[in-house]
Amino acid sequence: MTVEPAVKSFPRPSELPVPPGAEGWEKLYPYNLVFQNLSGSDDEKFWFCDSQHWPTVFKPFETIGGEFAVKCLGQYNTRHLLIPPANGIEFKIHLGYLYMSPVPVPENRIAARVPEFERRVGHYFQNWDSLLEQWKLKVRATIDELETLTFAGLPEMVPFADIVSGKAKDGSEVLMENYDRLIQLVYQNWQYHFEFLNLGYLAYLDFFTFAKQVFPDIPDQAIAKMVQGVDMELFRPDDELKKLATLAVELGLQSAFENTDDVEGTLARVGDLSGGRRWLDAYRAAQDPWFNFTVGNGFYGHDKYWIEHQEIPLGYIKDYIRRVDEGQRILRPIDELVAERDRIVAEYRSLLDGENLAAFDVKHGLAVTAYPYVENHNFYIEHWTMGVFWRKVRELSRVFVAAGFWADEGDLLYLTRGEVRDALFDLVTGWAVGAEATGPSYWPAEIDRRRGIIDALGSRRPQPALNTPPAQITEPFTMMLWGITTEQVQQWLGDDSGSDSAITGMSASPGVAEGRARVVHHADQLSEVQEGEILVATITAPSWGPIFGKIKATVTDIGGMMSHAAIVCREYGLPAVTGTGNGSTTIRTGQLIRVDGNAGRVEILED
Amino acid sequence: MSGFDTRYVQFFDGGTEPDHALLGGKCASLVTMTAAGMPVPPGFAVTTALYDAFVEESGLRDVIANRLNRLDPDDVVSVDAVSAAIRDEICARPVPERLRRPVIEAWADFQGRFERPVPVAVRSSATAEDLPDASFAGQQDTYLWLVDEHDVHDHIRKCWASLYTSRAITYRLRNAVPEDGLSMAVAVQKMVHARVAGVAMTLNPRNGDRSKITIDASWGVGEAVVSGHVTPDNILVDKVLMCIVEEHVGDKHIELVPDGAGGRLVERDVDAARRAVRSLTDDQVKAVAELAKRAERHYACPQDVEWALDADLPDGQNLLLLQSRPETVHSSKPKPVAAPATASPPPVGFSLGSITAHLTAGRAASVTN
Repeated sequence: MTVEPAVKSFPRPSELPVPPGAEGWEKLYPYNLVFQNLSGSDDEKFWFCDSQHWPTVFKPFETIGGEFAVKCLGQYNTRHLLIPPANGIEFKIHLGYLYMSPVPVPENRIAARVPEFERRVGHYFQNWDSLLEQWKLKVRATIDELETLTFAGLPEMVPFADIVSGKAKDGSEVLMENYDRLIQLVYQNWQYHFEFLNLGYLAYLDFFTFAKQVFPDIPDQAIAKMVQGVDMELFRPDDELKKLATLAVELGLQSAFENTDDVEGTLARVGDLSGGRRWLDAYRAAQDPWFNFTVGNGFYGHDKYWIEHQEIPLGYIKDYIRRVDEGQRILRPIDELVAERDRIVAEYRSLLDGENLAAFDVKHGLAVTAYPYVENHNFYIEHWTMGVFWRKVRELSRVFVAAGFWADEGDLLYLTRGEVRDALFDLVTGWAVGAEATGPSYWPAEIDRRRGIIDALGSRRPQPALNTPPAQITEPFTMMLWGITTEQVQQWLGDDSGSDSAITGMSASPGVAEGRARVVHHADQLSEVQEGEILVATITAPSWGPIFGKIKATVTDIGGMMSHAAIVCREYGLPAVTGTGNGSTTIRTGQLIRVDGNAGRVEILED
Repeated sequence: MSGFDTRYVQFFDGGTEPDHALLGGKCASLVTMTAAGMPVPPGFAVTTALYDAFVEESGLRDVIANRLNRLDPDDVVSVDAVSAAIRDEICARPVPERLRRPVIEAWADFQGRFERPVPVAVRSSATAEDLPDASFAGQQDTYLWLVDEHDVHDHIRKCWASLYTSRAITYRLRNAVPEDGLSMAVAVQKMVHARVAGVAMTLNPRNGDRSKITIDASWGVGEAVVSGHVTPDNILVDKVLMCIVEEHVGDKHIELVPDGAGGRLVERDVDAARRAVRSLTDDQVKAVAELAKRAERHYACPQDVEWALDADLPDGQNLLLLQSRPETVHSSKPKPVAAPATASPPPVGFSLGSITAHLTAGRAASVTN
């Protein structure tokens, strides 16, 4: 007789209570995004929450990012590349949060996929540079077309010229076509997004696995450092601000940056100073495209982009100016970073010979070629494409606001994208018929109702996972992209019997630092961060770069070795512990904490 | 150290060239290691030039030559008598003041580095051909736990005198080693006062992984670690990133400490507060690992290093290298080899086969679970 160990489980979706005020939440989302089979397999399967990309509750329109991203991730595994063991990732929304479940390939079909996999992946790896060059053109063309889309109210009457020419259309079709095109174009760039991403991870994973074999206890961060690009497009926006700050100091323009919350005034004051015109020219040149950069992650309608909120980059510039005036070095020490990376590679390499050395060189070479995409694509899609997309969505929403459908341009986000299309037809119908559209008497109350539900859902944090996890997590992308490992799952389940009070996570960037904590739950709180503090956040975004120049270390709730916080901290030489799960809810601002980026531990030293 | 006449006295960390003829083998090695970032216990060398000047100016040179003249190496009784007479002369004849001065000054400078007087070892440092081969090396004179300045002076002379032991005399006569140029340097070196000590190996003995450094550390003198009397702290450090990869804090219940100046080691219980805490700080772990890494680089093969943190030296300067020898047990074992990915020859440019193998291997592993 064997005694089965008690299997620890996460709650079933059907067991989770609906927060008061959120009743009926499931009707806010498209039917296919919500568990419909809660008496059956949906209530059994293991799902983990992707709070790394979607830390807050979806408004109905915002599901577009989750749907397009995870669908397109899947298509590359399943249909383009035929990754032998891994199909895509199933996704559902539960109580407002996104849960995922990797889809394995049945054992008996894995081998059959190998020849196609090798043929397809082989082609990409052998033609990496030319295909990537083509990628940039495709993505850029999509963005350019997105920019051309306009959404404007319809005129009182069809222009006489259209009568003369016999056009015989009223212009409503442009609104609808442009809306459909908007969705299609953003879908297109999400398809492109994954063209190289899975391959980048694949090359990284291959080198990672090899390094772990020949150097059994090699720290993950050593592998990350060996493949990480240094001169990255993802760091360009921040670098541009540093250059602008340096130029402002050179030209003696410091006095113009007293109150950067006043964007117009600040730029006018710069222009009035001697040398100011030169600086303004540089400032404008930097904006396209580098200010298409969000303080969020591109997946939410409320994400603020630098280009539309210039008080954000100007505030960063002001802070950089102060630091330059204090004699600090603000530019990243690129030469030193490159030298350090080369040293690490050379030292590990020197320990190998024969076949292992040859394999190291090949795998490292591939990873170094393919991996930078994993970081750089983020600027093109999440920042640039999505920045233009959300701006166009607001432009469209203003047409509805003008037609009395709702009061605020953000209200559109409470409709699904299918409902927006319906509302659009409602709008043009009312206009065409010459009667009241239905929307103005329907949507304001409905949006208020939905807002109440979303707010109620947002009052609860998601479960890290649902149902019983598998004994072993082996799916490579799940481990790589989300840091969902067997150990991580056990830790969530409270299986770590170490009973000390330390907060643990991934040793994402080496070093040890002590300092006062600054807990940041939202990008709007970033201005509170003081020099020498330790940033404690749910998650960080690439555009928080300027903050990393003044903090001593970082702790995040969410994210793995390749999360943004980890990458940037390695770049800035700051200790980081990521994926703690509860760092930002356990630690309070002002507490003295010790971050050990080597051991992945955070200790609260005193209140 | 510029104040010293480096003809006669050279500190190990004085930045001088390791001149073998002037320093003898031992001292030259101590200077070399210090310069290479492998700090041996501090001290200074009394050079062969000082010995040469002494035998010259004191008239000993002729006395010795006369006594050795026509000595029959097979006449054991005579050799013993000559040996004793020469050694007595070396130890008794006054050292001219001008030659005593450099040693007195070096001693004062050396002791001035510490808060209280520290005991030293005085060791002979021969130049290669003067004495019998390595089997004699252990019999070269070493005097431990000396504190008194006069004792030190006396024992420097005893080291000089060891050039004329019966065996040394016999050896030179039989092998026709000329007396011309025969000389001896002497090392005056701090006795190690280990607060924490242990060993470091520049690989992981569990799997032969050469990208790691394994450190064993415990309180007190390292003998307790080497002999297995305590369970030391065991720390695995990545050799490239220099970060701790794994650690096990040992239950270090006893420590060996020197019994005052007498040099005897006494065993005592470790108080509860220190027993279960790691005996090295993070910075010290890194320093030990870097020391071992430098030794490996210097000797160009994996090393097994004995080290100690000296209680008499300030933080940052207290890590001492006691011994470094080639690691032969584990480094000769086969290294970890990545599983062969595929039977087919590796594709040019990248290794798709092994990517596939990794992906499918992950699945195979899960099936067995």
